Amino acid sequence: MSTIQTSGTGEVHPDVLLVERAKQGDVQAFEKLVRQYDRQVFRIANHITQNREDAEDVVQDAFLKAYEKLEQFQGNSKFYTWLVRIAVNESLMRLRKRRTGKMVSIDEDVETEDGSVPRDLADWSPDPEALYGQSEMAEILKKTIQGLPPGFRVVFVLRDVDGLSTEETADALGLSIPAVKSRLLRARLQLRERLAKYFRKNGKNGGGK
Amino acid sequence: MTCTEFLAQLDELIDDEVTVALRADLEQHLRECEHCEITLNTTRKTIEIYRSHEIYELPESVRVRLEKAIMAKCRKC
Ligand SMILES: [Zn+2]
Repeated sequence: MSTIQTSGTGEVHPDVLLVERAKQGDVQAFEKLVRQYDRQVFRIANHITQNREDAEDVVQDAFLKAYEKLEQFQGNSKFYTWLVRIAVNESLMRLRKRRTGKMVSIDEDVETEDGSVPRDLADWSPDPEALYGQSEMAEILKKTIQGLPPGFRVVFVLRDVDGLSTEETADALGLSIPAVKSRLLRARLQLRERLAKYFRKNGKNGGGK
Repeated sequence: MTCTEFLAQLDELIDDEVTVALRADLEQHLRECEHCEITLNTTRKTIEIYRSHEIYELPESVRVRLEKAIMAKCRKC
């Protein structure tokens, strides 16, 4: 619904105007930004923390921090990209609190020998979504993406679900463009691989686990 | 073109960021290799499915509560 797009014609993104008004103390303008992006922030926070309560806290803290730091927002990047950066940091902080002592980051290198992705070569059912009910499907998708390293999950969600560009994703996560690209490829292939056992042609057998 | 070479370009192909010449090579490989064709189609499907299912739904009641909490604090800033 709220896909983010640049017009490329030098037109000002509507967020920029809202941010300007909010900077001048127009709280309603800020409220619009909250309503526009809270679902997406909640989604990213969940993908990182894997905890609903933490994700709710992240939504609050990220918007409040954004409000406090609004003066620092220069408009060289999109407001949403800037907001995601704050939300990712807040999410990582929550994670660290839960796993005390353990360092958590999204740029841990998860190297595998490249090109060696195991491939499930069975074709999928023509309409995998017809095989499962809505909530069952959501569970499968959740379980599947949770099996990926956090750095892969977040890149996949920002690029493929939120529709950010490679550059914006790199900017939001503080990663290099090649790092975003290599993670995206591996995330897509790993998800595909893991979903294959649910969606392959001969129905649900071979599923489970 | 080998399967490994094909897979290295998979994202560019899916995101439609390949040159005409490269696209022709990739399509040639697809005609000869069922495995890569399946991989391409099911990867596209994977993305489409994740895009069309919200797995972390934010219920409206929670949303309203969070928005109220945020705005209450903003007004005090
Ligand atoms: Zn092949």
